[in-house]
Amino acid sequence: MSESIKAEVVIVGAGPAGLCAATGPVVASRSVVLIDDNPRPGGQIWRAEKGRTEDLAGRMIHKLSEHENFRRMPGTHVFGIDGNSLLCESPGGDVRVEFEKLIIATGARELLLPFPGWTLPNVFGAGGLQALVKGGLDVSGKRIVIAGTGPLLLAVAYYLRSKGANVVLIAEQAPRSRILRFGLGLWRSPLKLVEAVWYSAKLLTTRSVYDSYVVRAEGDERLRSVTVRIGAKTETIECDMLGVGFHLVPNTELAELLGCEIRNGAVVVDEFQRTTVENVWCAGEPTGISGLESSLLEGTIAGSSAMGAPDSGRFLRRNRRIRRIADRMNRCYELREELRRLADNATIVCRCEDATFGEMSKFDGFRAAKLQTRCGMGACRGRICGSASRFLFGWEADSARPPIFPVRVSSLAGED
Amino acid sequence: MSQSRTYDCVVVGAGIVGAACAMHLARDGFSVTIVDERGVATGTTAAGMGHIVVMDDSDAQFALTEYSQRLWDEFALTLPADCDHENCGTIWVAADGEELAEARRKHDFYKTRGVRSEMLDEKTLREAEPNLREGLAGGLLVPGDSVVYQPRAAAEFVDDAIRNGAETIFGRRVVMVTNGGIEFENGDRINAGNVVVAAGIGSCDLVAGVRIRRKKGHLVITERYPDFVSHQIVELGYLKSAHSSALDSVAFNVQPRATEQVLIGSSRQYDIDDPAVDYEILGRMTRRAFEYMPALANLAAVRVWTGFRPATDDNLPLIGRHPEMPNVFLAAGHEGLGITTSAGTAAIIADLIAGHEPAIDASPYDPARIF
Repeated sequence: MSESIKAEVVIVGAGPAGLCAATGPVVASRSVVLIDDNPRPGGQIWRAEKGRTEDLAGRMIHKLSEHENFRRMPGTHVFGIDGNSLLCESPGGDVRVEFEKLIIATGARELLLPFPGWTLPNVFGAGGLQALVKGGLDVSGKRIVIAGTGPLLLAVAYYLRSKGANVVLIAEQAPRSRILRFGLGLWRSPLKLVEAVWYSAKLLTTRSVYDSYVVRAEGDERLRSVTVRIGAKTETIECDMLGVGFHLVPNTELAELLGCEIRNGAVVVDEFQRTTVENVWCAGEPTGISGLESSLLEGTIAGSSAMGAPDSGRFLRRNRRIRRIADRMNRCYELREELRRLADNATIVCRCEDATFGEMSKFDGFRAAKLQTRCGMGACRGRICGSASRFLFGWEADSARPPIFPVRVSSLAGED
Repeated sequence: MSQSRTYDCVVVGAGIVGAACAMHLARDGFSVTIVDERGVATGTTAAGMGHIVVMDDSDAQFALTEYSQRLWDEFALTLPADCDHENCGTIWVAADGEELAEARRKHDFYKTRGVRSEMLDEKTLREAEPNLREGLAGGLLVPGDSVVYQPRAAAEFVDDAIRNGAETIFGRRVVMVTNGGIEFENGDRINAGNVVVAAGIGSCDLVAGVRIRRKKGHLVITERYPDFVSHQIVELGYLKSAHSSALDSVAFNVQPRATEQVLIGSSRQYDIDDPAVDYEILGRMTRRAFEYMPALANLAAVRVWTGFRPATDDNLPLIGRHPEMPNVFLAAGHEGLGITTSAGTAAIIADLIAGHEPAIDASPYDPARIF
């Protein structure tokens, strides 16, 4: 290792939860290291549009950086664990970061589900498409279908329209009645309600359907059209791009590698965000998808708890309430049974290793399928097909193995 | 005693050795059931390298590996393509003059026993493997060696057995082996005329008096790099540094996978139960590999894992009849050569059970030596 550093509190993930987790300990003059795999802070949700620097995450980082006891490590991947040290690959070389207390705030990723044609060029995850556009992909004048489930769809559709895209359809798989009921229940959380109404108003002129899902994508070397089941009817819609995402799944790989208990795909924590492993906390989406507000609260709670500060009952109560709303929301966007049956035997489930639905469905668990079809053995480490298999087949993922991200062999060797 | 089916043979363990035994026995017309708590090829088999290699540590080891390789070459004719059996050959690399002398000794050893091999000098070595560093003394090419994707091959052996009437019982733990059958955790029994214990490192828990030590190993697999390596490449210091020492050791060993990935080994550590990656020895192992093949350092690694080789005290597997339980056969302790020697082991076991003389002298592997 080219460099070895040490801190009282080490936080992995500079999204809302990680930034909030850092604040308390930094202000209390504890040594804090904040690691994030992206060069810019904010996580998926806050990452500023290219060129804009005056964003919230940037301001928080700026504030934190005024403290000498704070060190930020952007563009740094944690790939392994060695005792109480995180093994990291950073732009300046390999770094070994020893922690007394560790806070995992690794966020969530989009759930992608296979259907015939989903591997065609110009088929993206909904959030993935948004990120590409933020990164400079030009969508002006492009006919785009946004499909899948969850509140992200509206936000993505709105964003793409603002970039000149022609969003021809928004297809939400959940029934409208369920979403309306949930929406009405949001009166206790006005922020969310305002947000929802605002998006709906902005998207009034965009065709938006419920109880609807993409059955297949068609095209040759690139996408030409999608066939969508809308209620009881099937319709084929010509388009240039498809953004399809099925809400979020927690990023639990680092927690798993540390030996934290995982239940139903999320890291198990107590109300102070303590995991089942001593000196390891977890905050935000990895503990279960519950959105921005909960991430902010849990980050703050984890930061306080990790430095042994007295807890704030108010935060704990508020987080419990938000968690309840989040549970309701997750139920509202629960995936319909039909989505399990979209893939045919030839549909690829593992894109890294080209393992098909037909090949994988012969097995009775992910490990057996992995050994025999290589699903999950590729560079994405089963992040996509593992999560899809959980939904499609009810399989638990195979045990986590380092490196969490592909790294140079020399990084494993501990040298540059 | 709620379950009391009777089979000619029950095979305990569905790793490559058990799978091969089940295939042989079922092909020979025995009624067979194969049992494994975790299914096909989930233990040491899954963790290994899939190198089919003729070895020369001892005459007994040579005889078993050479016999096994011939059998593998026969299987290869009918193995499905996705088992990735490839006759890539092995290159034993000599770093210096002393190791080159060892390569020559090896060459002569193989030659007198009818195994093809070819000496390489500094230039022809680099031509064969351009990513090896300059300045290596040479090596020995053994063109008959192969690689295979062993979890698929083991599954294919089990499927072959099933096609010949064998049954499988997966997901249940065997806790006892007797002269007349096996017993599961819940007390259920399976009666069998013959019991084949092919449970790898777990065999000691099933048969009293069997001593098999765990030799932990690490492997790294990279992303796809077409034509980065073309042969299995092993350093000739291997025998000195890894096989014959009781200390932790590492050796340069790389394998080209059919997927165009590169598999990098190897490490050996005795009597460790923790499967966690040990970065200290992983560092030694990878740095050793860079000494031979510096360009490996810049490849992207996608996965690191560990496994446990089932090692006997005399480095030879236990193949044959239990001295006190004549209906119990051991097929265990294959250490790092189980993929290769599964083939010969299965043939010997099948011959012994059928009452035939095995094709090679099986006395060096007779388990009686340890009791």
